Amino acid sequence: MSARAPGRIAYVNARLLDPASGIDAAGGLLTDGEVIVAVAPGLFCDDRPGDAEVIDCGGACLAPGLVDMRVQLCEPGQEHKETLASAGWSAVAGGVTSMVCLPNTDPVIDDVATVEFVARRARKNGLAKVYPYAAATKQLEGEELAEIGMLAEAGALGFTDGTKAIKSAQMMRRALAYAATFGVILIQHPEEPSLAHGGVMNEGELATRLGLAGIPCCAEAIMLERDMRLVALTGGRYHAAHLSTAEGVAVIRRAKQAGLPVTCDTAPPYFALNEMAVGDYRTFAKLSPPLRSEADREAIVAGLAQGVIDAIASDHTPQDQDSKRLPFAQAEFGGVGLETLLPITLELYHNEHLSLLQVIERLSWAPARLLGLAAGRLQPGNAADLLLFDPDRAGRVDPDKFRSKSKNSPFDGRPIQGRVLRTVVDGRAVFVADA
Amino acid sequence: MTAFSRRHLLGIEGLTPNEISFLLDQSDGYVEKSRSSDRKSALLRGRTVINLFFENSTRTRTSFELAGKRLGADVINMTVAASSTAKGETLIDTAMTLNAMHIDVLVVRHPDSGAAQLLSEKVNCAVVNAGDGAHEHPTQALLDALTIRRRRGGLGGLLVAICGDLLHSRVARSNIHLLNTMGAVVRVVAPRTLLPSGVERLGVEVFHTMKDGLKDVDIVMMLRVQNERMTGNFIPSIREYFHFFGLDYQKMSVTKPDALIMHPGPMNRGVEIDSDLADDVERSLIREQVEMGVAVRMACLDVLTANLANAASRGPS
Repeated sequence: MSARAPGRIAYVNARLLDPASGIDAAGGLLTDGEVIVAVAPGLFCDDRPGDAEVIDCGGACLAPGLVDMRVQLCEPGQEHKETLASAGWSAVAGGVTSMVCLPNTDPVIDDVATVEFVARRARKNGLAKVYPYAAATKQLEGEELAEIGMLAEAGALGFTDGTKAIKSAQMMRRALAYAATFGVILIQHPEEPSLAHGGVMNEGELATRLGLAGIPCCAEAIMLERDMRLVALTGGRYHAAHLSTAEGVAVIRRAKQAGLPVTCDTAPPYFALNEMAVGDYRTFAKLSPPLRSEADREAIVAGLAQGVIDAIASDHTPQDQDSKRLPFAQAEFGGVGLETLLPITLELYHNEHLSLLQVIERLSWAPARLLGLAAGRLQPGNAADLLLFDPDRAGRVDPDKFRSKSKNSPFDGRPIQGRVLRTVVDGRAVFVADA
Repeated sequence: MTAFSRRHLLGIEGLTPNEISFLLDQSDGYVEKSRSSDRKSALLRGRTVINLFFENSTRTRTSFELAGKRLGADVINMTVAASSTAKGETLIDTAMTLNAMHIDVLVVRHPDSGAAQLLSEKVNCAVVNAGDGAHEHPTQALLDALTIRRRRGGLGGLLVAICGDLLHSRVARSNIHLLNTMGAVVRVVAPRTLLPSGVERLGVEVFHTMKDGLKDVDIVMMLRVQNERMTGNFIPSIREYFHFFGLDYQKMSVTKPDALIMHPGPMNRGVEIDSDLADDVERSLIREQVEMGVAVRMACLDVLTANLANAASRGPS
């Protein structure tokens, strides 16, 4: 990427959206080099800075760049599905300026050298910033604690066994206690493994009709209930990834009411789709956790609106064609999500479940805050990681145009409203939409 | 009446400051005695002391053996494999057998907490707990206190940090009780996985970093990490443990400048303590602790057998 530092750039005639300060107003923003130096409602409305390059936003929304707290990058190990570079391009095309990757690479991110490898490789791309989670247990096997203290020092933002739940209650207890020693967060895939074992979609009538093995909703609630008790026991900081069920939302709601240090996120498929998307054995709709019932989907929407669910992540899971062009039971789980994250989430705004400011909050400030990242807000002194978007522009999801190497989107062909116009990382425009 | 009139020494918890001070005063005398060329006395001549050890131990057993022999007692070592099944039954059977032989003092070490207490309920002799499970190791706490008191003149007001595997440590529990009873301020420093639940209710301040926990302390007590059963479960690796919780010169930089280091032994050099630091005569009391151990055990054997004699003379028959 261009090494030349950008000069002063003025973004004028914008609708500023900054959830951290609650600003939703017409105004402007000035960057100098890699950082934001001024931002205010009314800024540059009457005057233009003489010494800066001017970008006229034309009334579009200027928000902090999105912070995607759950992405699978496949590098190292599965570069045929995605690389740090292709994920970086995919991210900035989706308005994501920071993403946090799961440790389920090959080799697993469970030592200091691999954490440093990912950070170094990603920096070289100069696209969306990449932060790694590291394994909570060695080799993600759930048997022995990983070197959580040293990995945190090396830059791991949190600890998780990725797409696997930490199965043993004793191991979970110790991981929470040990992580709490260092004040770091543990992220759980909340699914009781023995109940989920062999299942490929939501358990219920549809699975029965299709003749597919189901995963009951309570697999999520059981794991969350267990974990809440362990959080209460240890005081460990806990985050539940990709909530998919009404019962799961209820567990987190109660835990928050009890004052436990617990947060959670969900992903667009869980508030925009239900199990019907599996339809005629569509493997692109085979996700983990599985798409649930309509009642569950509504509960996820309500959880987001009420703030029980803190954040929205893409849960970007690239799979090549060979992994999806299979009988449903044999196909891999997961869907790509970086480039549909914003427009699908904007459906919550268009359907009047969330305000525009709340949409941006769930996608940037909330995940940044709960991971301790200095991102997700329009704050002078912070890195100029920005997203300029039009929330109304109509279009259609077209995976062929994805920058991601993989095209396995459960939203294939879906009409959408909302488009990323420009993505800025450290003051540089890294993505500009075609006119 | 002496200031310590108990029949057994099973633990520190429940002892009064007077009782502890008395035992330490007695021990002081035996330090001088052990340093002189005339180490041997005939005080316990005709008395029988049995070291009944259900766990491997070299230093504690030797220390008790030496203490008994210097006082003129007949000392017998019995080491019993603790692996046999039905331990409870074996323990009581063993106790009854020994009791029938008219012994005076039974020194017991056992991997199960409460074993010394159980024995004490079954025998007529005095019982000294030489370590029971993760419960207590009273003579270790006494020898630690003696070491500190001789260096610092007293225990009251000292700031003491106990660091490492508190979860499995009987030494830590005995020391916490003793130091609190004598007016010292006790901190514990460990990852949360190595802290027993409710430890703060024992009257300690809890820390999770050495930097905060060792700030301005007078004494640093390190505990042994039993790495064979630790790695992966309670701590990820020895490397990580030493990095965050192993004592080295850098971590000592926040203590009081004249802070002293203690360790109950046996040490794992490079695991919980830096090798050079352990050998640093300016800071490390580790060898002194071993010397004090013999004196403390002499005092305990002396006091307990004296109490046996008193009980006998007061008794009905």
